[in-house]
Amino acid sequence: MAMLEVKNISISFGGLKAVDDFNITIEKGQLYGLIGPNGAGKTTIFNLLTGVYKPDCGRILLDGQDITGHKTAAINRAGIARTFQNIRLFKDLSVLDNVKVGLHNHYRYSTLAGIFRLPSYRKAEKDMDERAMELLKVFDLDREFAYKASNLPYGKQRKLEIARAMATDPKLLLLDEPAAGMNPNETAELMNTIRFVRDHFDMTILLIEHDMKLVSGICERLTVLNFGHMLAEGPTGEVLNDPQVIAAYLGE
Amino acid sequence: MMSFLSYFINGVSLGSVYAIIALGYTMVYGIAKMLNFAHGDIIMVGGFTVFTIVSTMGGSPVAGVLASIVVCTVLGVTIEKVAYRPLRDASPLAVLITAIGVSYLLQNVALLIFGSNARQFTSVVTLPPLKLAGGELSISSVTIVTILSCIVIMIALTLFINRTKVGQAMLAVSEDRGAATLMGINVNGTIAVTFAIGSALAAVAGVLLCSAYPSLTPYTGSMPGIKAFVAAVFGGIGSIPGAMIGGILLGIIENLAKAYISSQLSDAIVFSVLILVLLVRPTGILGRKISEKV
Amino acid sequence: MKAYKKKVLVQNTITYALVIASYLLIQALIAGDLINSLLKGLLVPLCIYVILAVSLNLTVGILGELSLGHAGFMCVGAFAGAFFNQMMEPSLPSDQLRFLIALFVGAAVAAAFGILIGIPVLRLKGDYLAIVTLAFGEIIKNVINVLYVGVDSRGIHLSFKDVASLGLEESGRVIIKGAQGITGTPKTATFTIGIILVLITLFIVLNMIHSRTGRAIMAIRDNRIAAESVGIDITKYKLMAFSVSAALAGVAGVLYAHNLATLAATPKNFGYNMSITILVFVVMGGIGSIRGSIIAAVVLTLLPEMLRGLNDYRMLIYAVVLIVMMLLTSSPRAIEMRERFFAFRKTGKKGA
Repeated sequence: MAMLEVKNISISFGGLKAVDDFNITIEKGQLYGLIGPNGAGKTTIFNLLTGVYKPDCGRILLDGQDITGHKTAAINRAGIARTFQNIRLFKDLSVLDNVKVGLHNHYRYSTLAGIFRLPSYRKAEKDMDERAMELLKVFDLDREFAYKASNLPYGKQRKLEIARAMATDPKLLLLDEPAAGMNPNETAELMNTIRFVRDHFDMTILLIEHDMKLVSGICERLTVLNFGHMLAEGPTGEVLNDPQVIAAYLGE
Repeated sequence: MMSFLSYFINGVSLGSVYAIIALGYTMVYGIAKMLNFAHGDIIMVGGFTVFTIVSTMGGSPVAGVLASIVVCTVLGVTIEKVAYRPLRDASPLAVLITAIGVSYLLQNVALLIFGSNARQFTSVVTLPPLKLAGGELSISSVTIVTILSCIVIMIALTLFINRTKVGQAMLAVSEDRGAATLMGINVNGTIAVTFAIGSALAAVAGVLLCSAYPSLTPYTGSMPGIKAFVAAVFGGIGSIPGAMIGGILLGIIENLAKAYISSQLSDAIVFSVLILVLLVRPTGILGRKISEKV
Repeated sequence: MKAYKKKVLVQNTITYALVIASYLLIQALIAGDLINSLLKGLLVPLCIYVILAVSLNLTVGILGELSLGHAGFMCVGAFAGAFFNQMMEPSLPSDQLRFLIALFVGAAVAAAFGILIGIPVLRLKGDYLAIVTLAFGEIIKNVINVLYVGVDSRGIHLSFKDVASLGLEESGRVIIKGAQGITGTPKTATFTIGIILVLITLFIVLNMIHSRTGRAIMAIRDNRIAAESVGIDITKYKLMAFSVSAALAGVAGVLYAHNLATLAATPKNFGYNMSITILVFVVMGGIGSIRGSIIAAVVLTLLPEMLRGLNDYRMLIYAVVLIVMMLLTSSPRAIEMRERFFAFRKTGKKGA
């Protein structure tokens, strides 16, 4: 069974079809790219997948479970985590606490236990700290754990967003332009990190990216979107050589 | 029936005062994105200016009204320049607290000058009441003048905003301050003009309010100020027709509630209606929908 | 990691120590008879203001929503507590015990109102939320002013008209008398009890902030959309913060009710002006800083009293202080100047 199966979803805003009859199937463990010119509807698809918008029609299945129209928080609990194009960290919380918020649903104790510092609080907090530090180490952020998130340099903020998403222990990770604003060195490092996450956590990843070096370097399959329509779909090498795709990118 | 009509017309009149105050609130909010809590106290200053000119110095009511407009306009612009402009890019809460400080300041200066005892305000409108339906329905001249003033102000303001360069600049600044600056609009000047107009309107509202309810204290402005703020939100804050509709509706609801339900509970009823409206339309009757981009 | 944990612990300890030290100092001053009766009369109100400021900070600073109706919750708590006290007087003769239970009753009723009001209100944003909380505060005050409640052997009777329409039996007692409010609640509140309640408030708020719940609430404050995307239930945690904040305001209300012979809902004690006064404490103390709230509440309550000699000018000075403080602390130019100054001092030290 595919990890993500999207069937014929569409959405329009005030008469404009932002996404029209979109389909995608992603197998477990795949590293999948969603590309297309600006305004093609890529982020809108992420918003549909994560319940920020509800599709006008169509179905979304995650690991066989129908999550169409569910709320954002419920979809995360079902197993989709994401990052944002414009970074959205909890800016006044520490790096560690950002990740611990991601762990929220996996280490539970009641509010009262928290106020009265009951054993369940101590145990869960200790486990959370350990788990969060492990994750931070993976993303090379462990030394900055006590920093305020907004004080991190840009590239590390992007990494922290991925770490926070991974903390929710997802089945599918959505990355929205992870390399935006990075220099070539940072991008190269990011590619390694994404590959590592996939291999180490056996993660299924769908990413939106404009950086063709990153896309061709790590994505196994691609879907190309243009004006809300699917233009092409297939293995990365084939898709990038498709004359239609080249035309859409370079203009006719 | 006649009594209903009379309550209704008085409601429209009270609502007109709210609407005039709410216009000031809404314009300032639309352009400076701040809740000017001191706006209600400008009304009080307007009232005391007329009181001083007419009752203490024996001047004519027209001179009193003109003086109060001048005083309030200057006051409004000064407050903006001294207290609000330095905080233009500060957190909204800091601006709110400053406005509250200004409100306390105005109240306490008035308290020092005029004391806390209520002063009897002589109405500036001295025409006889209008008798309709064979004398069964009597409408006071203040009521009529208030409603007419409100209509005139509404028309004048709409023309000003749509037909003049300054008015267009105000729209531009309220839409996007940064872009307006880049287009060469003098943002500080435009905001100052907005405060001037809002404060002049508050002066007019003060005169009308005190003519209808002739007891004047340093705290006279605060409750009508809050109600007008409610009216502005009710109509959709930032929207000029919204302030008008919100104000008049609020006045009518308040007066009818006082007459037919309970005079003590009328405030609670007014506020409950506000809450109900906001639950159905979270940005007020004519407010624009705000959506967050993800 | 250990150092990081310790920092939080040290910060919290300083806050508690500050409260306890002030308490001991004042007790010493009272023992030495070095304190005037005016200040003595202010001790319980100071505790009330501190609890209100700390609890409002939970909504404004930690949850990040502007509430202008905090006095409404205090009002609900005060009346619920005082009503309970009087109703139970025949069956529970101990004043202290009734006061203790009344604290829980006041907190519970205020929390219930917090949830009731929070469900619709928390859907709104920013200034709309502020105006609706203000409206709720005014409604509560207004309704209590026309509320008559009496008890007799058949139970509790309510009316919005007058005493007669309660239809009480001969032996019945009227407890809430409209605008006259509740009279004759025993003055059980003391400074010591007030301080204990302040410490409990601090314990609840500080521990909540540094727990899973607090993190979720602050995550919502910092970025609602991101919080949702990691599976945080927004409504649940917003309501949690709002109702805990309301419950603590209710406790302050009960304390208030047990410090007065007559409890009536006037614009002065429970109106929006009171809500604003509390908000001023929170903002002046630094939004989100619990210790700041405490200090600001104490200083800003004492300031007008210290200026009593200046009589008519004291509120004027208060207003000016408010404006000048905001201009100095929040205007972008002042912040820039301050940062430059501190940067200079730091580099100066390094150079030396």
